[in-house]
Amino acid sequence: MNVHEHQAKALFKSFGVAVPAGALATTPAEAEDAAKALGTPITVVKAQIHAGGRGKGGGVKLAKSPAEAKQHASQILGMTLVTHQTGPQGKLVRSVYVEAGSEIARELYLALTLDRATENFAVIASTEGGMNIEEVAEHTPEKIHTELIDPVVGLQPYHCRKIARALKLDAPQTKKLEDFLSALFKLYIEKDCSLVEINPLVVTKQGDLFALDGKLNFDDSALYRHPDIAALRDPEEEDPRERAAKEIDLAYVGLDGEIGCMVNGAGLAMATLDAITVNGGRPANFLDAGGGADKEKVKEAFKLILRDENVKAILVNIFGGIVRCDLIAEGVVAAAAELAVKVPLVVRLQGTNAEEGRRILAGSGLNITPAETLAEAAEKAVAAAKGK
Amino acid sequence: MAILAGKHTRLIVQGMGKMGQFHAKLSLEYGTAVVGGIHPGKGGTKIDGIPIFDTVLEAKEATGANASVVFVPPPGAADAILEAVDADLDLVACITEGIPAIDMAKAKRAMKGKRTRLVGPNCPGVVVPNQCRIGIMPAKITRPGPVGVVSRSGTLTYEAVDQLSRLGIGQSTCLGIGGDPVIGTNFVDALALFEADPETKAVVMIGEIGGSAEETAAAFVKANMKKPVAAFIAGQNAPAGKRMGHAGAIIAGGKGRASDKMDALRAAGVAVSLSPATIGETLAKHARAVL
Repeated sequence: MNVHEHQAKALFKSFGVAVPAGALATTPAEAEDAAKALGTPITVVKAQIHAGGRGKGGGVKLAKSPAEAKQHASQILGMTLVTHQTGPQGKLVRSVYVEAGSEIARELYLALTLDRATENFAVIASTEGGMNIEEVAEHTPEKIHTELIDPVVGLQPYHCRKIARALKLDAPQTKKLEDFLSALFKLYIEKDCSLVEINPLVVTKQGDLFALDGKLNFDDSALYRHPDIAALRDPEEEDPRERAAKEIDLAYVGLDGEIGCMVNGAGLAMATLDAITVNGGRPANFLDAGGGADKEKVKEAFKLILRDENVKAILVNIFGGIVRCDLIAEGVVAAAAELAVKVPLVVRLQGTNAEEGRRILAGSGLNITPAETLAEAAEKAVAAAKGK
Repeated sequence: MAILAGKHTRLIVQGMGKMGQFHAKLSLEYGTAVVGGIHPGKGGTKIDGIPIFDTVLEAKEATGANASVVFVPPPGAADAILEAVDADLDLVACITEGIPAIDMAKAKRAMKGKRTRLVGPNCPGVVVPNQCRIGIMPAKITRPGPVGVVSRSGTLTYEAVDQLSRLGIGQSTCLGIGGDPVIGTNFVDALALFEADPETKAVVMIGEIGGSAEETAAAFVKANMKKPVAAFIAGQNAPAGKRMGHAGAIIAGGKGRASDKMDALRAAGVAVSLSPATIGETLAKHARAVL
């Protein structure tokens, strides 16, 4: 789960990670008041959306007076911000964060995440702050320092000293980095983060360190023990179809093709998209109905698929292990009838109670194309979407 | 002989809830020695004829259990795994999906130096055709034979096994290693076991987007394997930055793409199936000489 920059910074602050002073504004007048209250000669007005690259898209602006902060806020609020992370449709800006400007001496990069290959936590640090870190990693990998942290032992002072050296910090700054990183690590563990990214981490002309930007991702699997974090979720930032899917406990990712898919299991669902593409079709979505799929869930899944107006055919691909094919078949029949599905429907049932499921489909009197294998199912769905 | 399990397996079930009970019964029907269930507070009772114990150690002492399958819900799953490790079982397969990554990273580190092998979490388990069923796989689609199957995905394991069985090619062991970022047995572990198993003549490996386990596996195949390997990577059409169902299936920071994994495998001499519908055929063709 992602949160906004202002939410991340509030969490940073509560854990003792240094951040600039700032306030959230949803109107230009509020932005002006916030800039006045901050009282610094320069303030920064920053669009709050769940995507990076905001500065390049015109979503971050410097203001030399509260009046200018107001003017910037009036431009940014309500704009559709397009960055390399939003996709071409962009994201509507609903709030801005007004922050105290600072005298920057150096911009560094710092991140904390789980290194899957070694199963340690990893601090990733670079002297090249403010840049796209993926590009730094590609062109100048020697400028990236990775420090692995044993998940049982945790962050130690020597880790911090090594990172400080890689970041070319002096002795007093090294001490400050130790405090900064310790606070950050505590936040990472206590709130079950999956990624903390600070780009840039700023060294001021006075030699202080603070997080000028902050990105926090949380482990979805751990949200059950963090109601405070779960409450930070901003549904407006999510694709409306993905949001609806989440509410009924389905994994859904919208794509831009014309074949709607309902599959059980994440791997098979991904593979179904691949099979459709190999056969010359284009999938409209990824949908994993999960292990608990039953009649009601199938109906909800169909509703979700049919919300997409591009859908010209639906492919149901079920390989029952935990899932019972007869229950899926009942759901398909009920959904097709109740929702008056007009697009062609190709259904492939295999595994637990598959024969019973096929009998239910055949006896329904509905126009459902059965398929035996995955290859056959994909071919038939692609042909159906092309009107053949 | 197979790998990880067989006729010698004496299985206990940790987490005798609805799902644990259902699959314990299916495993028993398949001929697996399900010798006990763990349900703290219910020790001394029986469920479906299976004796229930309060702790894993007690169950091991009373029944000679050497393997466990975990159905405990996420908040207690890492604890259940560590209890099985503490009891020094040979094998623990964790089916539970949705264990916090930090819990698993810590549990994995705590297992270092211990003898117990973990399979999963978030996996369908292990089936040795006609011998032993641990977990949730529809064992009916399997048949005994020479091909080892290892996969990060549950239902896609079934798909591959079904394709092989339809071609008349049986399996030595079907193993789901799980779709989470931190797992017990990885591709390299499984490939090494299959390479050493005299009954296994060829291997099917099914990966997916996210992480670099497939690239590591490719390097292992190139350096250490004589047996032919066929592979499929799910998620060739997955958009970047989106979590595709599994917690571990995400292309992040330009890493974990299917195309990179497929290239690495091809370079290691692995036959890569472009479509999930041709996994069986790809293996049959590639391993013709040994099957």
